[in-house]
Amino acid sequence: MNGNDDPTRNALWNPVFLADLRRDLLRFAELQLRDQSAAEDTVQEALTAAFSGQDRFTGRAALKTWVFAILKNKIVDTLRHRQRTAPITSLIPDDEEEGDDFAVLFNPGHHWNPADRPQAWGDPETTFAQQQFWVVFETCLTRLPENTARVFMMREFLGLETLDICLELALTTNHCHVILHRARMGLRLCLEQRWFTPENPTC
Amino acid sequence: MLTCQQVTRLLSEAQDRKLRLKEKLPLKLHLLMCAGCDNFHQQMDFLRQASRRYSVAPPNADDAE
Ligand SMILES: [Zn+2]
Repeated sequence: MNGNDDPTRNALWNPVFLADLRRDLLRFAELQLRDQSAAEDTVQEALTAAFSGQDRFTGRAALKTWVFAILKNKIVDTLRHRQRTAPITSLIPDDEEEGDDFAVLFNPGHHWNPADRPQAWGDPETTFAQQQFWVVFETCLTRLPENTARVFMMREFLGLETLDICLELALTTNHCHVILHRARMGLRLCLEQRWFTPENPTC
Repeated sequence: MLTCQQVTRLLSEAQDRKLRLKEKLPLKLHLLMCAGCDNFHQQMDFLRQASRRYSVAPPNADDAE
């Protein structure tokens, strides 16, 4: 009658599960919004929506995935709203030379310096299975310049199409590609140095 | 002949748009001959997979069950 026979249905009402979930949601939102109070508002909205939802789940993992899907929609809304009130474009320097930050990885002929040549990372699943990897992944995202990280996460976390991001942020297509390229260059370099070859950092 | 620096840009863009045939062929040729860029290519796929995994539900300690 009261649904007590269905533990997954009630997982949101479990204080421990809810506290853990809220902490994960907050970290995810803060990473993308880089504003604690906006992140808290967004998480609150997502949780409120989740509590009023009627969906049934086969387990806590599915429930968590569903709440994260709600959160991502809320983050998109928040970013759209923010774009209308404080456009990101004014924050992105337009004049930087393409790939400039990473030019040091290449020789004068624009081929990899032997010491900077990308390494093989092996089977991704092996890496993903390690909890510690995700801590490094978050650290590396945090180390990207704010707007670079934001565009990357709009693309890769929120799943927006590149053309939509360009339109949304009033960027030229080329500029969008430059930003995403920089994000990927920065992220792969950080992961390579901090996770895959931490014992011999490039010098 | 593409440089490694140009190849990294193309490989990144390949995550965001369909490459044209005239971009694809020189790229393929370069990747066959350049281990560094071939690894970079796989790293781009890795980043996408990791991002998908992370954003579906960030893997944390409480997911173990
Ligand atoms: Zn190369």
